[in-house]
Amino acid sequence: MTQSSEPKTVESGRNVSLDIRHIILTNGVPILFLALSITMALVAGLNFTFLLNEVITRLARNSLLVLSLLIPVTAGMGLNFGIVIGAMAGQASVIAVTYWGITGVRGFLLACLLSTPLAAITGWLAGLVLNRAKGREMITSMILGFFANGIYQLIFLFLVGPIIPLKSAAMLLPQGIGVRNTVDLINIAQSLDKIWRPVIGGVRIPVVTLLISFGMCVIIAFLMKTKMGQNLRAVGQDMNIAEVMGIKVDKTRIIAMILSTVIAGWGQLIFLQNIGTLNTYNSHEQVGMFSIAALLVGGASTRRATIFQAVAGVILFHTLFVVSPLAGQRLFGVPQIGEYFRVFVAYGIIAVALALHAWQGRQVRREAIREAMLTE
Amino acid sequence: MERARRVLEMKGITKQYFGNTVLNDVSIDLCPGEIHALVGENGAGKSTLMNILFGMPVIHSTGGFSGEILIDGEKVELLSPAAAMQAGIGMVHQEFMLLPGFTITENIKLNREPTRKNALSKLLRSEFLDYLDIPTMRKDARTALDRLDLSIDEWLPVAGLPVGYMQFIEIAREVDKKEVRILVFDEPTAVLTETEADRLLGSLRRLAADGIAILFITHRLDEVMAVADRITVLRDGETVAMLNRDEAVVERIAELMVGRKVEKVELPPRDTDPSDKDIALTINDLLVDMPGEMVRGLSLSVRRGEILGIGGLAGHGKLGIANGIMGLYSAAGRVSKNGDNIPLNAPDQVLLKGLAFVSEDRRGVGLLLNEPIDRNIGVTAMQAQHKFLRPWPHFLPALRLENRGELRAYAEEMIRKLDIRCLGPNQPVRSLSGGNQQKVCVAKALALEPEILFVSEPTRGIDVGAKRLVLDLLVRLNREHNVTIIMTSSELGELRKICDRVAIVYRGRLAGILPPDASDAEFGLMMAGRVRKEAI
Repeated sequence: MTQSSEPKTVESGRNVSLDIRHIILTNGVPILFLALSITMALVAGLNFTFLLNEVITRLARNSLLVLSLLIPVTAGMGLNFGIVIGAMAGQASVIAVTYWGITGVRGFLLACLLSTPLAAITGWLAGLVLNRAKGREMITSMILGFFANGIYQLIFLFLVGPIIPLKSAAMLLPQGIGVRNTVDLINIAQSLDKIWRPVIGGVRIPVVTLLISFGMCVIIAFLMKTKMGQNLRAVGQDMNIAEVMGIKVDKTRIIAMILSTVIAGWGQLIFLQNIGTLNTYNSHEQVGMFSIAALLVGGASTRRATIFQAVAGVILFHTLFVVSPLAGQRLFGVPQIGEYFRVFVAYGIIAVALALHAWQGRQVRREAIREAMLTE
Repeated sequence: MERARRVLEMKGITKQYFGNTVLNDVSIDLCPGEIHALVGENGAGKSTLMNILFGMPVIHSTGGFSGEILIDGEKVELLSPAAAMQAGIGMVHQEFMLLPGFTITENIKLNREPTRKNALSKLLRSEFLDYLDIPTMRKDARTALDRLDLSIDEWLPVAGLPVGYMQFIEIAREVDKKEVRILVFDEPTAVLTETEADRLLGSLRRLAADGIAILFITHRLDEVMAVADRITVLRDGETVAMLNRDEAVVERIAELMVGRKVEKVELPPRDTDPSDKDIALTINDLLVDMPGEMVRGLSLSVRRGEILGIGGLAGHGKLGIANGIMGLYSAAGRVSKNGDNIPLNAPDQVLLKGLAFVSEDRRGVGLLLNEPIDRNIGVTAMQAQHKFLRPWPHFLPALRLENRGELRAYAEEMIRKLDIRCLGPNQPVRSLSGGNQQKVCVAKALALEPEILFVSEPTRGIDVGAKRLVLDLLVRLNREHNVTIIMTSSELGELRKICDRVAIVYRGRLAGILPPDASDAEFGLMMAGRVRKEAI
């Protein structure tokens, strides 16, 4: 608005200014988190090898979940809080595989195979709902997650035992109805990580898991170069225009949801095999929040998210996760303060990102109006 | 001018929206290489006709239409935009159908991208997984741009381009479609400067010379005269005329566009006629940021005691004027009443200055639908002027409660005076008919005892009988209570019926002021942008 009033030249749109202010303004969030992480790591007096170990483990554990968010963002559906539904699909299949006692990589692959149709169907249903809630996808997907959680609890607390035959004293609650709160995933624990885990300079690297995450990055990058990717981007920019241009908007959005949910299901399986135990009723609950927080920390917004931002976000967010309780311990003698801080940060960053999103949206609209008023 | 071959024929098209007939037995046809202009006021049915031709979902989700569409003499069913494109129909939209985040090339080739197979897409047999063929896309875009004589880099992002370019990109997209034989231009020059518009008309001629049939929708009659081979005039959903260029005259088209029989009723006389010597409200360089109804520097003087009508086509800003002055949309400029400056963007202050507003958005802005009549009548006066309130308890004047008795008495008086048909002041306004709701809105404005009353679209969505009552009421207010009324309406007929003068707004500015008994042609020309400066 304060810019010169002379008409925009064609070239001005391309002019990428590289001054530092611009970089800081556009990457404020990741820079802030980098600074915070470094400060806290220094305060906590952490051993660098320990930190690197932790961060690499967490990178392998979480990146697929965060990557699962990218496609809906591209399709203009915002941050998909509904990935918890995919996580539930992953958990349901891991429970089945554990019950059947199929071990190792075979067990893990079978779980992936099982979770895929489950996640695809639930993702399709979620997509149908979101197509009726255009413009309010984020809150709708969040509530859908809560709703799905209700169904999940119904199945695993009440239906398993009397209706779904699962006869394993180790997995059922003492009264024979419902799955235990914690299920030991001894069959598939670390199955992927331990295939090849060389130690380089004191850092253990779960090569296969990281390769899978990298593979997913490649797949997403490939997808974006295809006709499908172009459709997703077009729908993401403006549904009405895409529709008029003959792109099947609803179908494209449903595909985005299915892909996201399926990837999230696999992501949850990778997460669980790394952790080694399943918190039947809790493991999935925070998945949406923390993955979204990580993506936003990487500098993504509700309208734009890249693979780089996803990976950088996981690294930054989890570095902070590792160091903040230790810094709290060191500074105040209470780790809870650090713990408090990281939860506070996770929710705070989402709130800020969403507020910024709304604010920028308004700003863009104002700009457009002003432009329209100047043209005459 | 009979030509043998018709590339497109639309025959006997009739369309209803929820029982309202918006198109009645309209027919139009197109020959290859012809430019056929379609003119008409807003609401004449042009957009609906084009939506039908383009198979827009809005048509089929509201019960479809009757009549038939023939392409090359064969009957076709156009049930979706995709089907219309398949049939060779291209549309240059009034609103830009461009994605700002995409490059010019990506926009031109949107959803028609050439692709290359890759291993995965071959394996899964899914064309969705084919790579985009960027070099071919760029080449095609370049060819289309060259055909329009546009030398812009095809890989620039669309965001930030001047508006004129955007229009040409839109056209380039249609030109790029090899199968396109029919091109619809929906008010393509509305956002262009004069030179850009000239250039566009040049492109239009060039495309027609290539054998493409062009349907050209516009308000600007001089453009019609410049390029059209034939002209169809729509009014109120019916075809009123189909003229060949040699038999068309601008004045005649304007008259056909607007022409309605205006029943001139004798209005009650005044003691003194309003004149320019006694100005009640002065508006200088008003800018209003109302989406779709932008006001771009309007100046106007309102005589004390008159009924001033504000007319103009939709989207030209007539609704923005009242909304801007009353502070409902952000505004800039100078407005003064009796030389006293009226603060903008401050609705509460404006109400205190003796201005009141009956909004065009009756159910959204005008009324609290679930509240009773009396509270609706009193609410603005309570808020702005602290009327109908009593302190409670008595020693605390800062705490004030609604004075039900006073409010009720006032509401009953209003119900009697304005003849609001209801069960009593307690009835929620939601259950009133449109005309009676409108009267409640007027009563609400009157509770403020305004000197100047803005009324926007007072008869929108109410039945014919109620329309007359509302108009009569406005005349009575003006004559008996000496309220200066500024009435904005899309219905030129009603403006001409009760107003002393009618101001026509064109592209956010005042095009001119006409007496209500000016001819149809004069109104038509002014609404279509033939500026006539002399005031009356």
